[in-house]
Amino acid sequence: MKRILLSFLILALSASAIQAQKLFATKKGQLKFNATGGVEAIAAVNNQVDSKMVDKTGQIVFSVLIKGFKFDNQLMEDHFNENYLESTKFPKADFKGFILNAASIDFSKDGKHNITAEGTLTIHNVAQKVSVPGTLTIADGKLSVMASFKIKIKDYGVTGLYIGDKIAPDAEIVLNCKYD
Amino acid sequence: MLRLCSIANTIKLVRFLNFKQYQMLDIKRFLLTTALFFVVLLNTEILFAQTIDLFAMQDAQDKKDTKDKTDIVTATFKTTRLINGQSIENVGRGILDVKISHRFGTLNSGAYNLFGLDNASMRMGVDYGITDRLMVGAGRSTYQKQFDAFLKYRIIRQSTGKRYMPFSVSYAASIALRTLDDPNATTVQKWYTDRLSYTHQLIIASKLNDFTSLQVMPTLIHYNSVPLAKNPNDLISVGVGFRERLSKRVNLTGEYYNQVTQLEGYFNSLSLGLDIETGGHVFQFHVSNSTGMTDKTFITETTGQWEKGDIHFGFNIARVFTVKKKKEIN
Repeated sequence: MKRILLSFLILALSASAIQAQKLFATKKGQLKFNATGGVEAIAAVNNQVDSKMVDKTGQIVFSVLIKGFKFDNQLMEDHFNENYLESTKFPKADFKGFILNAASIDFSKDGKHNITAEGTLTIHNVAQKVSVPGTLTIADGKLSVMASFKIKIKDYGVTGLYIGDKIAPDAEIVLNCKYD
Repeated sequence: MLRLCSIANTIKLVRFLNFKQYQMLDIKRFLLTTALFFVVLLNTEILFAQTIDLFAMQDAQDKKDTKDKTDIVTATFKTTRLINGQSIENVGRGILDVKISHRFGTLNSGAYNLFGLDNASMRMGVDYGITDRLMVGAGRSTYQKQFDAFLKYRIIRQSTGKRYMPFSVSYAASIALRTLDDPNATTVQKWYTDRLSYTHQLIIASKLNDFTSLQVMPTLIHYNSVPLAKNPNDLISVGVGFRERLSKRVNLTGEYYNQVTQLEGYFNSLSLGLDIETGGHVFQFHVSNSTGMTDKTFITETTGQWEKGDIHFGFNIARVFTVKKKKEIN
């Protein structure tokens, strides 16, 4: 009887000691990219970024459908899908990584934090290790992540006549995710 | 430690459910052990939550998404014209597509005419996308001094994933006005509407894979006025077309219209071409036995014969301009 009571106590205590992790998710994040090299703007937006993150571990994932990128110019969008990103073969791009300084962030308080995310960015089926700076904002308990960075198009096996000419060799990426 | 506890308690609970032992237990102990069991459960739940792995979650979701999402097939053909006729493609919403097309004289006209290059027939036109499914266009051809206008609406879009649709269907309608003065005006044309003709087309296309696309075009052409009284005003034709992707930027295309009912003295139109795409331009080079570039002139009024060498070299140049910008991009 005593033994049962004791184990009951230990378990009850341990339950309170381990706090549940919180999962933040959105399917409506925004990702813009700009690779304008010449006169003509080469830019697109994707408003269906799927992202999830865990507060304690800082684990964070982003996933986008390549076909979800909308261009002003339909022909450009077709070329982007057909010739450059080959979206029928590689329909998605994603990032899987961790926010390095997540442990130092108090997710229960409002605030703005500079963060660095490190992980694997996979585009066009080519995975590259990247480290991306960004900001994490907590306002009224709602979380949002913003980041702006450049990637080298050629690093991801994307080739084409106009890269380095009409298309800039580096694409500027702007990410804005508000989590539910 | 936690796990050991929970295992031990689960064993206890199993024992406790055993009928013989149950009888020996008092009610207090029963309640306590039940409470303990729930605490264990609570703990295990937290243990599960503790091991959230987003990477695995994402992989599982990606697999689910490919089944649950509908993916609309795009880029069945390079541009809105296959060669002479309409392809299944539309220009996007807010896009203006300027098309300049040339058809030269016949190759068999000899070196004196530089194998046809001395004679050129031209069409200048614009296409515009009102929505992603509806486009309109208009043009002027030097051949018969024609004005033409058309609309094309995408009814069914080929898709994969959740909603599987193996082909696309569009409807295209065009009107052509011949303004060239009739040289042998034996039949006096009283009304300008006598110079009008209409085309209705169903375009059924399928992108079989990244390289091959096929298209079938049942077509009805109506002439307000035909040369002879015995000629029918409504002519039926069936067109077939294909594209074969040779490289990222070069497509081989073909187009053939078989006339089911026809006017005398005209032949079926057969064209072969290369589509070359360079950034914002699409160049289409082709050889065809047709000179006209409006639906009725090449489908039902093709005068050339391939076997006699009445082959015209020609090209279309298309350049797209963005008229309406999407606000959120920039």
